[in-house]
Amino acid sequence: MNKILRVNMTTLTTGTESVPKEWAALGGRALTSTIVAKEVPPTCHPLGENNKLVFAPGLLSGTTAANSGRFSAGAKSPLTGTIKESNAGGLAAQMFARLGIKALIIEGLPKGNNWHSLHVNKDGVSIAEETELIGKGNFAVVETLEKRLGKKTGVITIGPAGEMKMLAANISVKDSDSKLRSHGRGGLGAVMGSKRIKFISIDDSDAPGIKLADPTKFTTAARVFAKAILEHPGTGQGLPTFGTAEMVNIVNEAGGLPTRNFTYGRYEGHEKISGETLRETIIERGGKPKHGCQPGCIIQCSQVYHDKQGNYVTSGFEYETIETLGANAGLGDLDQIATADSIMDDIGVDSIETSIAFGVAMEAGVLPFGDGEGVLRILKEDIGKGTPLGRIIGSGAGHVGKVYGVTRVPVVKNQAIPAYDPRSIKGIGITYATSTMGADHTMGYAVATNLMGVGGGIVDPLKKDGQVELSRHLQIVTVMLDSIGLCLFIGFPAADIPTCVPALLDMLNARFGLELTPDWIGGLGVNTLKTERAFNLAAGFTNKDDRLPEFFREPLPPHNAVWDFTDEEIDAFWNF
Amino acid sequence: MDITVKLFATFRFGRFAAATRQYPPSTQISEIIDELQIPVSEISMIMLNGRHADPDQRLRDGDSLALFPLVAGG
Repeated sequence: MNKILRVNMTTLTTGTESVPKEWAALGGRALTSTIVAKEVPPTCHPLGENNKLVFAPGLLSGTTAANSGRFSAGAKSPLTGTIKESNAGGLAAQMFARLGIKALIIEGLPKGNNWHSLHVNKDGVSIAEETELIGKGNFAVVETLEKRLGKKTGVITIGPAGEMKMLAANISVKDSDSKLRSHGRGGLGAVMGSKRIKFISIDDSDAPGIKLADPTKFTTAARVFAKAILEHPGTGQGLPTFGTAEMVNIVNEAGGLPTRNFTYGRYEGHEKISGETLRETIIERGGKPKHGCQPGCIIQCSQVYHDKQGNYVTSGFEYETIETLGANAGLGDLDQIATADSIMDDIGVDSIETSIAFGVAMEAGVLPFGDGEGVLRILKEDIGKGTPLGRIIGSGAGHVGKVYGVTRVPVVKNQAIPAYDPRSIKGIGITYATSTMGADHTMGYAVATNLMGVGGGIVDPLKKDGQVELSRHLQIVTVMLDSIGLCLFIGFPAADIPTCVPALLDMLNARFGLELTPDWIGGLGVNTLKTERAFNLAAGFTNKDDRLPEFFREPLPPHNAVWDFTDEEIDAFWNF
Repeated sequence: MDITVKLFATFRFGRFAAATRQYPPSTQISEIIDELQIPVSEISMIMLNGRHADPDQRLRDGDSLALFPLVAGG
């Protein structure tokens, strides 16, 4: 990957640059965070002309390495005010990599009211005016672009929520079924909307392709890597069979399942929204219980969900959405949650942020807990159409809490806490508090070690012991996964199967002709986290922002667990 | 004594989801695992009343035991 594409939306010009030496060994998140930290003033307005939106494939994207097709998007987040990287599956990473594009940097802000689109192909990137698709949902964008440009076109798109610059707006990526995967967290859809870009189409015909420095070594290492993924019981059996929704019953049993806006740690209707029930329902109705979010995925943790008549409702129907709407907002019904998931895909909002926002809105009395019809109506008629109520909920849980005077608002740095209550799963609480991106479970997924002992044994979720060290270790290693373009679940074989990480390094070395050793992983992680943190400090954040909301000191049934870390204990996270 | 045994994911196949059964006082968790013919190597999580437990722990009347194979989430 030898090209940086640059788009200036103020002058409406584009250019191609060669890759500076200092970016050569970076990809995915390490690259987007480096570029944002270098080129975006930390105190800029995230929806103004000085913010930049950066897209980058991972270092192994486009190769035959299993599960290497994750695409990174980075900017200053309008939701959190911190640096942000969000990654997604779909087709874009592999298309960019095959075209030799290391990163696409979008800067400036257009004057006037016109909307635009970008087109990326082997010659670079061009800007066009767009009128027909403005105001349309993401599914219509994909359908129309396939008619205009052919079935194989790649698509990156924002829905009406992004056009309206709502802070929960996501960026969607077309997958191989012409459905959508999402850059969910942090409101990056609003940044793309502020630059008045509705979509980016991608044509990789006649792409230069991937040149491997050592093809034989690569193939051998890729085989060992794939074997390690299939050998691990989580990635080889658990996830393909039950998907991520299996966590419903696990987290419920552990007493950490957020219920009715984080007032309880167990939900009485958990079986109806469990991974076991999801699987049975999908199979009964002719959906797909196994599904990959990207070509080359051998884990297949995702699924395709059909309604009672056997028609497609949604795909990519994940634990976070099911839990936050099913238990935390109390909907308790997979069909309603699936319909909500599909609407959120179409209008282009983060299903975690929006669902947690609904939980706060329910506590505020805007609608009752469990009111599924109300959620669907507000999604379509308010958020989708930009009414004042829609704009409030579409701007995330923190804003709903402020507008309605609620104190039980589960956010860190204004980003909604996902589907694990930190009082009963303390490792993830440290990740929520210290993450450079606001409350985020993927930054350092301590849940797997706290509950299932991944990576060397269980670290008791109800105790403080070992949690800061665990989160730190995971956050450092996760940078590597996010930068290589790897599915986050590679973290499981990487932790437990000894052949996995050596094979990964062999693939990197064979791809680029390098001689990386295992300490490269730690170096990349430490440097990227420090770069991200430095940006946040310059943006005005302090250690006082690495805290959970006050209400987490209240006991959570069934264990009556409390969040009891001291400020000093949390701040010790940064001692590296 | 009454023990509620809860099985999840693939452990339910050919067995049950939840059952309250009678066991002699001080039965060990490992004895129940053996009785259900669940290979120990497949168990990733043993929860006793919602907290992690070891197979050699002894149960008390009214306890709730949950057994999970290895899955993962996000």
